[in-house]
Amino acid sequence: MLPDSKIPEGPLADKWDNHKFDIKLVNPANKRKFKVIVVGTGLAGSSAAATLAELGYEVDAFTFHDSPRRAHSIAAQGGINAAKNYRNDGDSVFRLFYDTIKGGDYRGREANTYRLAQVSVDIIDQMAAQGVPFAREYGGLLANRSFGGAQVSRTFYARGQTGQQLLLGAYQQMMAQVDAGKVTLHTRQEMLDLVTKDGEACGIVTRDLTTGEIKSHSAHAVVLATGGYGNVFYLSTNAMTCNVTAAWRAHRKGAYFANPCYTQIHPTCIPAADEFQSKLTLMSESLRNDGRIWVPRSPDEQRRARDIPEAERYYFLEEKYPAFGNLVPRDVASRNAKTVVDQGQGVGPLKNGVYLDFAAAIERDGLDKVWERYSNLFEMYERITGEDPRETPMRIYPATHYTMGGLWVDYNLMTSVPGLYACGEANFSDHGANRLGASALMQGLADGYFVLPYTIGDSLAGKLGTDPVSTDDEVFQAAEADVRGRIQKFLSIGGTKSPDYFHRELGKLVWNYIGMERDQNGLEKAISEIRALRDEFWKDLRVLGNTDTINSSLEKAGRVADFFELGELMARDALDREESCGGHFRSESQTEEGEALRDDDNFQHVSAWEWHDMDTPQTKHAEELIFEEVTPSQRSYK
Amino acid sequence: MSTTLNLTLQVWRQDGPDAAGRFETYQANNIPDDASFLEMLDVVNEDLIENGKVPIEFPHDCREGICGTCGVMINGRAHGQEKGTATCQLHMRKFNDGDTIAIEPWRAAAFPVVRDLVVDRSPMDAIIQAGGYITAPTGTGGDANDTPIPKEAADSAMDAAACIGCGACVAACPNSAAQLFTSAKVWHLNSLPQGQPERYKRAEAMVETMEQFFGSCTNHGECSEACPKEISLDFIAYMNRDYIKSKRFNRKLAGQG
Repeated sequence: MLPDSKIPEGPLADKWDNHKFDIKLVNPANKRKFKVIVVGTGLAGSSAAATLAELGYEVDAFTFHDSPRRAHSIAAQGGINAAKNYRNDGDSVFRLFYDTIKGGDYRGREANTYRLAQVSVDIIDQMAAQGVPFAREYGGLLANRSFGGAQVSRTFYARGQTGQQLLLGAYQQMMAQVDAGKVTLHTRQEMLDLVTKDGEACGIVTRDLTTGEIKSHSAHAVVLATGGYGNVFYLSTNAMTCNVTAAWRAHRKGAYFANPCYTQIHPTCIPAADEFQSKLTLMSESLRNDGRIWVPRSPDEQRRARDIPEAERYYFLEEKYPAFGNLVPRDVASRNAKTVVDQGQGVGPLKNGVYLDFAAAIERDGLDKVWERYSNLFEMYERITGEDPRETPMRIYPATHYTMGGLWVDYNLMTSVPGLYACGEANFSDHGANRLGASALMQGLADGYFVLPYTIGDSLAGKLGTDPVSTDDEVFQAAEADVRGRIQKFLSIGGTKSPDYFHRELGKLVWNYIGMERDQNGLEKAISEIRALRDEFWKDLRVLGNTDTINSSLEKAGRVADFFELGELMARDALDREESCGGHFRSESQTEEGEALRDDDNFQHVSAWEWHDMDTPQTKHAEELIFEEVTPSQRSYK
Repeated sequence: MSTTLNLTLQVWRQDGPDAAGRFETYQANNIPDDASFLEMLDVVNEDLIENGKVPIEFPHDCREGICGTCGVMINGRAHGQEKGTATCQLHMRKFNDGDTIAIEPWRAAAFPVVRDLVVDRSPMDAIIQAGGYITAPTGTGGDANDTPIPKEAADSAMDAAACIGCGACVAACPNSAAQLFTSAKVWHLNSLPQGQPERYKRAEAMVETMEQFFGSCTNHGECSEACPKEISLDFIAYMNRDYIKSKRFNRKLAGQG
């Protein structure tokens, strides 16, 4: 059964305040008696660890990186939303909430999304106080820009490195707590299992990536801030080590996995150049503010972009969506790019991209202004492709970027396993079926700074006077034995193919069948082909080397094994959801205009999947979504 | 269309922190010139695995030049010959067919080798821990626009804050000094109004922690040359100024100590 979502009663605008008043508090002097494990040190993890420690809790923070600062939040470019209304352009908490719920195609929880919009303003205050060097106007006040589909300017940014600056802010705040002795930092430690006793989370098992040591850690609560699962696609904008293992191990220990088919394809990435491509690089979609997207009208076009006359260019977003033009939401932009490429109008040597052209912006604002806005992105593009975007249009194509699905959590961010919490991209809660640009950083920091540190007290208060379960307990011993057995299994298969080979092949299946467009036939194929490949993996995997040293092949094998199981669940979820919504597009369910067509009568719910065992498919629990403030409507960006 | 390269690699292999290291020679054949340097190593590793040999461990993650995980000495230069470019952003079109490339880990006593090309850079975290932050616990910030900051000052702080913490500055320095890394963080925070209350305490603590691990700066400037974010040497001068002042400002008032 699905646990209560704990959405507070009362008017939407009062829910969070009421809830904060109603939940139990832990007395300041008692907080030091509680130990909390935080896994992951990205925006959500670092901000949660820092804040919990400031409140007085004893925190153990884990990262598999050599430093917390390496977490992939660092790569976010464009910005962070907040309903500050500094531009006096009609923004408000309600408008940010409304845009987020609508952008998510009415598949998010009203209460969570409203809370996100509420605390967004506090995040900017906190980060400015931390010394995050946000972009400023000449008068010294904070600058804003409009971003990815928003009709107000509410996005704060630090050049094209907003994620880096926010992460460094949260990391530094956490390091201050490390110095104060309130956070114990564990670097190069990968969580390989969640440990539960009597159905409650009591700790984790980690592997030291440099020595191979397997170790148990116990606490009163465990927080997973371990990011999304976009790397299941192999080619994505995620970093190479991003993975689903922590969340997946928790899923196998009882945490329901919600809406795994909600994946976001980012419209502006550099297209793959060859078969050795290891990842795709995102170009911030802030570029869409000034770049115009087009392809040649003729599929047989041979001329250079500059030589193609205006009349022979197809500005497909501007033509189809006059009101929003190049700033339509990510899923709409992505699907339209796929359509023109599928029609043979793609550009570049592999005809796998569309142009993003700055000529008009340079003409209008001057090269200096455009360069000031995007210099680091232009340089990055040139470094990768060898082409200068000032001279020739960029080539872009969609790539997997973010996953809206994740561990099911209640309003307190607690999973279906008591004592286990999920923050940031690792949970499913705030973005519905599609995330707006500049909202990932917002959610990571909202959860870590302003939600979890309050809500975690509600469950901890009841544990006052109890010690964490001893790591000598049989539940830890059994989990450690499982972890060791799995590692030995990878090393002993002795097959012929590397973990990367299997990852690449799995990625192709996921991209082709569970990518931008899905249909019943393809999804059924996905399930059987993923299973077949998984069987081959367990028979023909080759992992060389030992366990007592860095062995990235071995690390990769474990992550790929979990991606197989997740990929299958994604297909199952996408198959079950016989509607289109946000990033989930079922070709059987579209409007006459080719837009996503929801089926509110049958699918206005969260699908939370419960693990049984390897031979029994997960069962689905539906959490009905109730809209009290907004009326779901058909999205239209015409 | 892309062309391909055939290369000879001389790669530092070392089984562990205490093991003796050695150069091994590998062929990297049919590498597309659109591939990145790390994708070239991926190809070599796939080849090694196919031939039953343990692959090369090398540091990497985001592969878009921002996480600071990657970094190796390429023909004796940190991150290779391209200015302002991290190893992951170096592409094979910058090399010629038939080249021999020497690949080594960062070289510095403070960065011991963990395995092959991977080193331990934890002393950099120790420097941040010593004072590379502004004490502003969650919830204590006033409205962000209550403290205007001249655009030029914010830009200068951002220039310093752009450091990715890769450690190339240390690896490139003949003294293995970490002044560029440390000063970038000192200046980022010390140049902002929010950073003033802890300004001199921060400078003193970070510099003295740095000196526990790293060599001394003798103004060679190799650090800034190697830096993938082209962090300016000026920040070292600013840090030195704040450090000298800290020795006066941090002293407790006479008679109250």
